[in-house]
Amino acid sequence: MAINWFKYSAPTMFYPLAGKLIPWFAVSSAILFAAGLYLGFVVAPADATQGEFYRIIYIHVPTSMLSMFLYLVMAGYAALGLIFNTRLSAMMASAIAPTGALFAFIALWTGALWGKPMWGTWWVWDARLTSELILLFLYLGFISLHASIDDPRRADRAAALLAIVGSVNVPIIYFSVKWWNTLHQGSTIKFSGTSMQVTMQHAMFTMLAACWLYAVAVVLSRVRSIILERERHTKWIAELSEVKS
Amino acid sequence: MSLDIWMRENPLTYVWLGSYAVAFLVFAVEIAMVMHKRKITLQQVRQTIEVEESE
Repeated sequence: MAINWFKYSAPTMFYPLAGKLIPWFAVSSAILFAAGLYLGFVVAPADATQGEFYRIIYIHVPTSMLSMFLYLVMAGYAALGLIFNTRLSAMMASAIAPTGALFAFIALWTGALWGKPMWGTWWVWDARLTSELILLFLYLGFISLHASIDDPRRADRAAALLAIVGSVNVPIIYFSVKWWNTLHQGSTIKFSGTSMQVTMQHAMFTMLAACWLYAVAVVLSRVRSIILERERHTKWIAELSEVKS
Repeated sequence: MSLDIWMRENPLTYVWLGSYAVAFLVFAVEIAMVMHKRKITLQQVRQTIEVEESE
């Protein structure tokens, strides 16, 4: 049976679907976080050169990857909203921005905590670190710009332009360790494979999946509030059971 | 300087408190904010509907 996915681009259809999916994503995320922490702290061995400090990677790498990926998803939704004038796309972009910003913040914070024992400093104006900081500012700029314009549709369009232009920063972050001489190490996980020890890989990919599912659950929860807020004058919102009760 | 010595003597505590505790605290705050936003939005929507119905 073919499913018409386009029907879920309508807030009326997406709202109940998101409500059903959130508990699944949230519970799966909690289970994977527990499994990832067990694998990362109990099963995986200490690193030969970095000792126990390397264990920061299990939160640092997933949050860094997701901060970049979520930005691209946000910019994609913003572009869809700008081009096709679809309501849900702009709402999704607005819902992703705070989570992306928090992931960028955690990536920078945990990176600083890793940097201190490894490099002897919390921060350097290295290409990777600086471009990740710019990513955080882009997220904050998107949120601020959107909040500063009263008309939501105009706010969507203005913020979408910023998101699309800012997406050029994502490949800069990714390739910064190749293009410039940086203190930050090169990518251990590449599209071609990885040299990382197997249990370390398991722990990191489990934590990555946990962060992924967490992000989806939180974004879906947030977008449901945005839908309620923006569609509050419509009949279908008035007929929702949670609104009536 | 004392922090340097402490972190090298207690690397796992440093990693846990500095990175994971902060990250999970951030996640907890975000979840609380999302839940609060939903509660407030539902209240606002109910008020809007009441006003529209009374008109």
